[in-house]
Amino acid sequence: MSNDIVLETRGLTKHYGGVQALNDANFILKKGEHVAIMGDNGAGKSTFVRQITGVEQRTSGDVIFDGQPVNFTGPIDAREAGIETVFQTLALADHLDVPDNLFLGREKTKLDWLGPFRLLDYKSMRQDTLDALERTGVKIPNIRNTIERMSGGQRQCVAIARTASFASKLTIMDEPTAALGVQETAQVENIIRTLKEQGEPLILVSHNMRQVMDLVDRIIVFRRGRIVANLRKEETDGQDIVAYITGAKTGAEYEGAA
Amino acid sequence: MADTSQGVGGLTFDKSKRSWPNELNILLALVIIIVVFEAIGQFAPYMNGQSFLFDTKDRFDSIFNEARLQIIILQVAIIGIIALGVTQVIITGGIDLSSGPLVAATAMIAMSFAQVAEVNGFPNPKALFGPWAMDLPVIVPVVIGLAFGACIGIINGTFIAYFRIPPFIATLGMFLFCRGIALWWSGGNPVSFPTDAYAWIGSGMMPVVWFVLLAIIFQLIMSYTVYGKHTYAIGSNEEAARMSGINVKRHKVMVYMIASMLAAFAGIVLSSKAVTAQAGMGEFYELFAIAMAVIGGISLQGGRGSIIGTVLGAMVLGVIRSGFTYIKLDGSYQLMAMGAIIVAAVILDQYRQRNRA
Ligand SMILES: Nc1ncnc2c1ncn2[C@@H]1O[C@H](COP(=O)(O)OP(=O)(O)OP(=O)(O)O)[C@@H](O)[C@H]1O
Ligand SMILES: [Mg+2]
Repeated sequence: MSNDIVLETRGLTKHYGGVQALNDANFILKKGEHVAIMGDNGAGKSTFVRQITGVEQRTSGDVIFDGQPVNFTGPIDAREAGIETVFQTLALADHLDVPDNLFLGREKTKLDWLGPFRLLDYKSMRQDTLDALERTGVKIPNIRNTIERMSGGQRQCVAIARTASFASKLTIMDEPTAALGVQETAQVENIIRTLKEQGEPLILVSHNMRQVMDLVDRIIVFRRGRIVANLRKEETDGQDIVAYITGAKTGAEYEGAA
Repeated sequence: MADTSQGVGGLTFDKSKRSWPNELNILLALVIIIVVFEAIGQFAPYMNGQSFLFDTKDRFDSIFNEARLQIIILQVAIIGIIALGVTQVIITGGIDLSSGPLVAATAMIAMSFAQVAEVNGFPNPKALFGPWAMDLPVIVPVVIGLAFGACIGIINGTFIAYFRIPPFIATLGMFLFCRGIALWWSGGNPVSFPTDAYAWIGSGMMPVVWFVLLAIIFQLIMSYTVYGKHTYAIGSNEEAARMSGINVKRHKVMVYMIASMLAAFAGIVLSSKAVTAQAGMGEFYELFAIAMAVIGGISLQGGRGSIIGTVLGAMVLGVIRSGFTYIKLDGSYQLMAMGAIIVAAVILDQYRQRNRA
């Protein structure tokens, strides 16, 4: 067994009552590889992400991360194992400011013997936030502003900065540029390129064909809860991918699946 | 020089939109209310030129009326202690209706471990237990009372967080349950004659001391500790809090536990102040505590508000109550007016939030 596989899913399945949101997904991600997940609305992309990151418990199947079968009981488990995720819902607390959100659930603290009443190290978290924003090139006018006062794009930038500012073994982004303007999108794409240069693997859920063709090595297409194509970027083009998304075509190895 | 007010893509930051702290609005309202009462006193014919703020026996040597201020704070201090806990519950997006009856139940239970053996040389006529429970050190009733409160809070929190019972329903059930405990505990009889040490807890201005002390402690906790941050985060976006790895269920149980311990402590202080415990104590306290929080700008949607706000809300309620008595408004009118004021406070708050969004 080669150990250059970062993440593998075998027969990953998720049913919500009668809704078969995800069926028998077999997926492999290699070290340093950037893979895009595409598919129509409701195809099961976010569901796939939620099963990998422990946000939900899968109906059946296996997830192997970093050579070990894993059963994350919650997102913190996944994060501690080294998976950083930008969720489609962003998962930000609206009434809190940028450093609070960046460090939510992993605050820097002082006097830890105080247990739940241990003190927040605001100064250090603010400094780290500024450093992280600078490193990732994300510009937020004022980090002390609460999220509710920010535009959709700024919120997305905060969520992405949160992911990018902690070292990880795998980064997952679920439609990270959906609400972003041209320049902000370019920023996020630069962050992704930086990850590539650093050899950090990435799963990118996106509807943006140009972006996908620019950034990733491989494209996985979901349709109605199933993987219907696994395409190397060099061997495909936009039209081809659209054919898989809409169901005009199904990958040879997936015949009979969808 | 880089223009720091200009983000990429024309995102600008308007400094004038920095939030004007909500607490200042409440302080302003407080000042206006006081001025109105002062004006009524000075100019309403039937008031004969009395003053709300000052002792005016000698009109040329007006001194600040400390006694009135003391009474105002003393009147709200005990409910204010409850409100400190209710505030935290409301910030998580919940509600706690059980605090009033919990005050009574805790008063009964704590007092029955704080009784003296002899009153004026005779055996304590209200003795509930045998000699083993008499003349105990004050720490015993206090710890028992707080532990009882903690249990009630843990039960509330467990039903709400783990069994997904809506907070309104879970604490409504506990409301009835605790009133039942208070009645059952001594078969409806008052429990009286505490030790000197127990009687000290709520004597004189001590309720104010506890209120102020606890308010300071919890303001610091809510602003500077992980506990406070997670409480706000849960009320702001529970799903995000969960995804960020906060143990939301456990945290909620802790918040309800702390709230109930504060209500239990209020019961101890109240029984000490009254030097007796009765099953009917604390009636409407839960509602006044919620009112203080709401007037103090704590959003019932969760995520917003501060302990300082609640303290100011308590002051507003106290000043209004004292002011109504001062302008000789009948008790029944007082209740009606207070009801109107609470609703007005919520309407104002919602209006303010809509304008901000
Ligand atoms: N919690 C849930 N309960 C029931 N059904 C759900 C739930 N979450 C998702 N679904 C259903 O599962 C299917 C897949 O949803 P999913 O969110 O994974 O789509 P997606 O591919 O991410 O779409 P989009 O591009 O719109 O984000 C949809 O039919 C959706 O209605
Ligand atoms: Mg999705």
